[in-house]
Amino acid sequence: MTIPRGKIVAIMGGSGCGKTTILRLIGGQLRPQSGRVRVGGLSVPDLAPSALYELRRRFGMLFQFGALFTDMSVFENIAFPMREHTALPEELIRDLVLMKLQAVGLRGAAQLMPTELSGGMARRVALARAIALDPLLVLYDEPFAGLDPISLGVVGQLIRRLNDALSITSIVVTHDVYESLKIVDYLYFVSEGRVIASGTPDEVRASSDRFVRQFVDGAPDGPVPFHYPAPAYREELFADVG
Amino acid sequence: MSAELVAGIAQWLRRLGGGVTGAVAQLGFVARFLVAVLWNTPHAFRRIHLTLREIYFTGVLSLVIILMSGLFVGMVLSLQGYETLKRYGADEQLGILVALALVRELGPVISGLLFASRAGSAITAEIGLMKTTEQLAAMEMMAVDPLARVVAPRFWGGVISMPLLAALFSAAGIFGGYLVGVRLIGIDSGAFWGQMQAGVDFWPDVTNGIIKSVVFGAAVSLISVFEGYNARPTAEGVASATTRTVVVSSLAILALDFVMTAFMFRGGNAV
Amino acid sequence: MNRAAIDLWVGIFVALGFGAILFLALKVGNLLTLDHTPGYRLEASFDNIGGLKLRAPVKAAGVVVGRVESVRLDKTTYEAVVTLRIDRDYQFTKDTIAAINTSGLLGEVYVGLDAGGDPTMLKDGDQIAKTQSAVVVEKLISQFLFDKASSPRASTPGDPVPAKAADQAAGGAKK
Repeated sequence: MTIPRGKIVAIMGGSGCGKTTILRLIGGQLRPQSGRVRVGGLSVPDLAPSALYELRRRFGMLFQFGALFTDMSVFENIAFPMREHTALPEELIRDLVLMKLQAVGLRGAAQLMPTELSGGMARRVALARAIALDPLLVLYDEPFAGLDPISLGVVGQLIRRLNDALSITSIVVTHDVYESLKIVDYLYFVSEGRVIASGTPDEVRASSDRFVRQFVDGAPDGPVPFHYPAPAYREELFADVG
Repeated sequence: MSAELVAGIAQWLRRLGGGVTGAVAQLGFVARFLVAVLWNTPHAFRRIHLTLREIYFTGVLSLVIILMSGLFVGMVLSLQGYETLKRYGADEQLGILVALALVRELGPVISGLLFASRAGSAITAEIGLMKTTEQLAAMEMMAVDPLARVVAPRFWGGVISMPLLAALFSAAGIFGGYLVGVRLIGIDSGAFWGQMQAGVDFWPDVTNGIIKSVVFGAAVSLISVFEGYNARPTAEGVASATTRTVVVSSLAILALDFVMTAFMFRGGNAV
Repeated sequence: MNRAAIDLWVGIFVALGFGAILFLALKVGNLLTLDHTPGYRLEASFDNIGGLKLRAPVKAAGVVVGRVESVRLDKTTYEAVVTLRIDRDYQFTKDTIAAINTSGLLGEVYVGLDAGGDPTMLKDGDQIAKTQSAVVVEKLISQFLFDKASSPRASTPGDPVPAKAADQAAGGAKK
């Protein structure tokens, strides 16, 4: 897979096909058994721990369900990377946090605790935290999972607008076809650990590839089978007879 | 011997060997974890507020249970001790009995057990939950080492809290012993305190008690953070990690207590 | 919980904890009651100090006047040399007797000082001339049995034996 700078790329596939693994490989949390992972010319698995941490400071990551620090307020969650990695004075951090919150539309929620937020709000706060240090690359792990239609629209728009406004590169791992087709520049389809199709949104919508078709149309059966592998039905039903 | 029997024995031996290597590997894992935590110690003290927060949660919030338990233990010691000492006409020694039992043994051990079940399990659950909700992974991806920011402060918070709690337990116990012995039973107050002062030496009694509580604090804190950090990221995983913390910590305290007591008090009082 | 509140409570907790440790050290233990009362030293040699421990009290007429500071074995005479630290307020005569007693059957062992009539007082570093060693119960019992066994033949040849036995049993007054 190649992800060009400044674009939003979606990685799609069924559950358990390895999408999250890809993010972990890019972030250096996992080492590949074969093949290469390169970010900005650097080979990620070969980096020394200090170099890896340097690289991670230029990433932002949005985890599924947010992964906000539950013992801190919204404000402190977003200020966290700033306080950890910069020596900025508190007044400046305060302004930056409020700016990030404004970008995601939650400036008024700065003093709430994560447990007081709805799913959509938590996701947006996590997004603000992911862009806290103006990263070069943002990784989104299932940003649309479990959201109501309004929040879906909001998050999708935010991903697009932030990507363009901050000239960042975004990788979105998801299985929400509808929202992805609205905002991404390119898609990869992954099944059982391999890339089986790719294309721009228009190419995908018009695709005749059976897997892409099943995915886009949401058909229950096709290249990804409905039935989990099992012995023949007749044999199993009548197995204890006789 | 039939082939089956030989195969059975061989399999059993393989499992035994596997279990032993597994246990040794686990021990090595724990040791490496301890080294990693200690390595991150400077961070825990540079960001002293993190550690202070942990001292609050493990120490301050345990005050009530420690003081109350200490009081009751001291009172019971006094009651039971008096009955037995009276038989030998040595009831004036009650002060020494209560004080030595508490300062040398019961203070560090019981407060250690209480600490493990209250604070230790809370630490394990907290870290395990942070792991389950991907907060630790998020921290890693933000280039912040969770060992430095989450684990080390909790470890040192526990190590600092424990000796203070043990001392408070012993003090509360002695006060309880005084209440029962002098106020309730009627032993002479002067004899109670005087014999105690003569019999309890700062070195080795009080200091050995403090050393024990520091060792217990380190053991319980290490086990708590280890179990939390390595819990399976599911509800059952966190639950079983929490129970394991309490069980393993308690056993560790009792075993370490035996080893240290044998080492410290083998000569009896020096002349 | 904000920072200020946490800091306050942690401060209180640590202060209480150290207070407890101090309490244990001073009130319960005997950290400071040791060598801080102004006093002077006297030495006394005993055949047997029995169960005498460091910091055991030194009493005169039942009043605590000092503590046992150190005990060592004299390598030539094989006697126990005990250093006593006595309060400056109390002076003892040169012919004071130092005896090792037990308060009660299971009580603590202490050094009892019995003053005499000598006009000269003991000074810092002096030796107490007359001492009485501890009563070792086993020796008492064995002497009692020995006496019982030898009493039917209590004619002249046997006389020195019971006397010597009694002397040994009492520990023997020195010189």
